[in-house]
Amino acid sequence: MTAAAPIPDSALAREARSQADEPQSLVMRFARDEPLMMDCGAALAPWQLAYQTYGTLNEARSNAVLICHALTGDQHAANAHPVTGKPGWWSSFVGPGRPIDTDRFFVICANVIGGCMGSTGPASTDPETGRPYGLDFPLVTIRDMVRAQAMLVTKLGIDSLFCVAGGSMGGMQVLEWAALYPHRVFAAMPIAASARHSAQNIAFHEVGRQAVMADPDWRNGRYLEEDARPRKGLAVARMGAHVTYLSESALHRKFGRRLQERTAPTFSFDADFQIESYLRHQGITFVERFDANSYLYVTRAMDYFDLADEHGGKLADAFRGSPTRFFVMSFTSDWLFPTEESRAVVRALNAAGASVSFVEIESDKGHDAFLLDEPDMFAAARGFIDGAAAARGL
Amino acid sequence: MTAHQPPPLGSAGAAAPRKDHLLLAGIVEPGSRVLDVGCGDGALLALLRDRNGVDGRGIELERDNVASALARGLSVIQGDADTDLFDYPDDAFDYVVLSQTIQATRRPRAVLEEMLRIGRHAIVSFPNFGHWRVRVDLAVRGRMPVNENMPFSWYDTPNIHFCTIRDFVGLVEVVGARMERAWALDGQGEPVRLPLPWWAWNLLGEQGVFLLRRS
Repeated sequence: MTAAAPIPDSALAREARSQADEPQSLVMRFARDEPLMMDCGAALAPWQLAYQTYGTLNEARSNAVLICHALTGDQHAANAHPVTGKPGWWSSFVGPGRPIDTDRFFVICANVIGGCMGSTGPASTDPETGRPYGLDFPLVTIRDMVRAQAMLVTKLGIDSLFCVAGGSMGGMQVLEWAALYPHRVFAAMPIAASARHSAQNIAFHEVGRQAVMADPDWRNGRYLEEDARPRKGLAVARMGAHVTYLSESALHRKFGRRLQERTAPTFSFDADFQIESYLRHQGITFVERFDANSYLYVTRAMDYFDLADEHGGKLADAFRGSPTRFFVMSFTSDWLFPTEESRAVVRALNAAGASVSFVEIESDKGHDAFLLDEPDMFAAARGFIDGAAAARGL
Repeated sequence: MTAHQPPPLGSAGAAAPRKDHLLLAGIVEPGSRVLDVGCGDGALLALLRDRNGVDGRGIELERDNVASALARGLSVIQGDADTDLFDYPDDAFDYVVLSQTIQATRRPRAVLEEMLRIGRHAIVSFPNFGHWRVRVDLAVRGRMPVNENMPFSWYDTPNIHFCTIRDFVGLVEVVGARMERAWALDGQGEPVRLPLPWWAWNLLGEQGVFLLRRS
């Protein structure tokens, strides 16, 4: 089998590509003498983190909220996305009068290290070689992401964050923040998250990575120099992952077994069903904005995450003596990060004597519920944040 | 036995605290750590925090109640007394409170034992099924009581383990706890202050309140 000739990049993909080094957002640059010390042993320098801010930092520098994004999210939490033009991924949660109220709080959202929207990652240009890093980029962990964010927050002149919040992989970062820098986190809100990535979740990620790497246009990770893109592999990875973010009842309600623009099956492998057409669309649009190697790195970071393992196998020890106020949230229909995973975190926090609240939100929308308009989630988050703000005198 | 006189009410305009909550606020030492099991919307925990400077935590089954408690700035976990007390380490709290909830638990004995394990003290209050009105309902009308303290019909009640004050004293002996203090509350939620024998408390008290200690 010979590889097909590479398809030229669309204008959208060229735009996304240009975001990797020169993003349309704020960028914090760290020089050679400010390396990021990574879990794999690498000292990354120079490096940069792309970020956005919303609202105003108060004089006491006590009202900063750090938002941590999920696997394929980015720093554009509450503004229109520069590539897709779509609203920010958490614009219903973050903004004036929203649960994370930008009229009261100074909100920071950084793209993770290893990402492809302006933070140093495999799509960035390696200053040593002048080529994209590709697989020469060191393996990233959740803790590395958090260390990088902490260096950014320090450089912004903020010692202690009022709140660190995020869902899914963002929730993992929230837990890591609280474990690594307990005195820099007043309140922590991990949503639809877990203290470790389960075997099932690692399995799903591996299927996605294998799809990317099986694409002949992946070219051992050097596709950017060879002007190719593993579009099909990445789209398949995204399609598979997307199913895990939803629930059977949400899929059934939205699509059922309905046919797409036809009245009878074609007896072929065309996208006869609406769900097929929807998934293909999800795959194609994702490829336009996301780098395939970043997908490999960021999924790997989640796989490696095991907060208990970082603390001698005992999760409670990660939070021993923690002064942080925690609020853990899960969703009834989330089978990727089921409530039991959140309960394990709550149990550990209880055992550590930490201040913890927990709610399981009733929703049939699956894991993605934390990105959607869930009034119960908003109400609970608002209650927690307002209570914590009162305790901090904000 | 006399109850502490609760301190005078604070800000006018706020809903007046419940009488039984004020009684509990008179029992709990200032600055202590309290777990309120079945904490509802957090009214008691908020009172204990504001009046006694208590570091309070709660467990509550109903999500809406948890949200209300969160809005009061409290730490509350959505959970079930029957299963979630096992998660707490020994001696985690000074007081574990079970207010008007024991009759709704599946395993009251196990719940009480867990409370005494994770707290130095346990405080339990419950509607007294030995009250004379209950006895009249059963003896004269031949029906399960439905009143303001027990507002549910037998077929849709969350209360599956009703007991009398004397029954509860029996359970305290079974689990080997020490009874530090006990109160019978009348219909207004005021402690019956007369020095009466158990049988009279059991007849006159609409609620029983017990302060227990691990022995």
